[in-house]
Amino acid sequence: MGLATYGTRHAQALVGSLGRLARSPFATFLTVLVIGLALALPLALQMLVGNASRATGGLASAVDVSVYFKPAAPLEKVRELAADARARAGVAEVTVISADDALKEFQKYSGFGAALQALEQNPLPNVLHVRPAADAMTPADLDRLVRYFAAWPQVDTVQVDAAWVQRLNAILAVLERVLLIAAVLLGVGVLAVVGNTVRLEIHQRRAEIEVVKLVGGSNAFVRRPFLYTGVLYGLAGALIAWGVVGAALAVLEGSVETLARLYGSGFTLAGPPAEEVVGLLGGGAALGWVGAWLSATRHLRRIEPRG
Amino acid sequence: MIAFDHVVKRYPNGREALAGVSFSIAAGEMVFLTGRSGAGKSTVLKLIALIERPTRGAVRVEGKNLGALRSRHIPAYRRSIGVVFQDHRLLVDRPVFDNVALPLVVAGFPLKETDKRVRAALDQVGLLGKERTLPLELSAGEQQRVGIARAVVSKPRLLICDEPTGNLDRDLALEVMRLLKRFQSVGVTVVVATHDLRLAQQPGERTILLDDGRIQGRGEEEPLPSIVASR
Repeated sequence: MGLATYGTRHAQALVGSLGRLARSPFATFLTVLVIGLALALPLALQMLVGNASRATGGLASAVDVSVYFKPAAPLEKVRELAADARARAGVAEVTVISADDALKEFQKYSGFGAALQALEQNPLPNVLHVRPAADAMTPADLDRLVRYFAAWPQVDTVQVDAAWVQRLNAILAVLERVLLIAAVLLGVGVLAVVGNTVRLEIHQRRAEIEVVKLVGGSNAFVRRPFLYTGVLYGLAGALIAWGVVGAALAVLEGSVETLARLYGSGFTLAGPPAEEVVGLLGGGAALGWVGAWLSATRHLRRIEPRG
Repeated sequence: MIAFDHVVKRYPNGREALAGVSFSIAAGEMVFLTGRSGAGKSTVLKLIALIERPTRGAVRVEGKNLGALRSRHIPAYRRSIGVVFQDHRLLVDRPVFDNVALPLVVAGFPLKETDKRVRAALDQVGLLGKERTLPLELSAGEQQRVGIARAVVSKPRLLICDEPTGNLDRDLALEVMRLLKRFQSVGVTVVVATHDLRLAQQPGERTILLDDGRIQGRGEEEPLPSIVASR
């Protein structure tokens, strides 16, 4: 068979499959809707994980070291030591928070402003916030850094703020696992939906299949239109999933922006990036193809012409 | 062309449709299989079309032992023969052109060649101009002719017909027989199963009479009606 003829026969099978789906629009819509909703859930979870990672930004990888000075340590000395620390390898950023600044900030956000004014002297110490370099966050690196600061006689306490980062990373890891499990389970669901739909179609077209086999149609030839049907179901389901997630995004966008603004953040929800959309469409089509192939291969083998 | 060698066919329900049948058909011959309902005529055709396989014995077509043919080679074998059924087996939601073109589509013929051959086949059966008509818009005789056009469109060397005139009146039946005779005259081997003895007794053609899965007469030694009458 020539390439042009081969291509034309495939195009005919594709158009035939499209025609059959269009002839029963309600049944097709219901099937596509089920597939779409099944694909929308992992896509929405992926979007949630993506946005959560983006919202926490560098925080997920940031480990802060807080260096609390003794009350007697003067601010000038603290600034001097901060300059020394900045020059040290493995230190990305050092921020000096003076006791006065800390008190002002505390008064502003804690709600105890009036009570704090009653104090005779500032109870808060001068503090350094040290952010280690990205390549110096191993437990050994952090331990060296802690010992470096703790060796200064002006320093009272050195605290590594890593626990919340570990929790955040753990939460994101759990979400990613949930996403993976949901994607696998719902993917199997899509295979089952497409497979069952193709099985029913094969059953309906049994007489036609018998005739095609009688005139020499191979299983591969008979299977072809069903594979296109599966691909079309998967692709249409993926488009529905994209639409559903897009609609959910549009509904949530304003509320999330308002919430972020209240926390002083300019964070906005982002939809699935182009590569995820391509993956969704490709994945949907592939699931449809596999579901149709499994079902068609199994059921077509049993259909042979009657005499 | 076709050789049945002590062929036994027993169906899963235990019914023995053929009980050690042997005969041969030469290339280019037109042979009628006749006998009453359940005699085994259709089983012979099913074995030739590889719809069934023999329980014992050998069925050979052009030297190929069909019983030993692997499943993956069956489609190619079926593409080399033409089959006509009493109930036409047409795809009722496809126009005449698509029905006739089906064997060529399956075999991967180029579009132009398909178009040319389909028109030629429809011309042979007198249905040129009905390409876009749906089968159910045709008469029973015309539907049967579409079935015949589909069977011959790929120019098979062997044409098997199971009760091709079963639903037709006498005139239409004779017209179909004339059509089949025309294909035989250009070298096609034609095997026709029919319960109609009068139709089976075409001058110059061989008839095999089957009864209860056995050959009761070959129509060579004496006229078939006398064989039937003597039973």
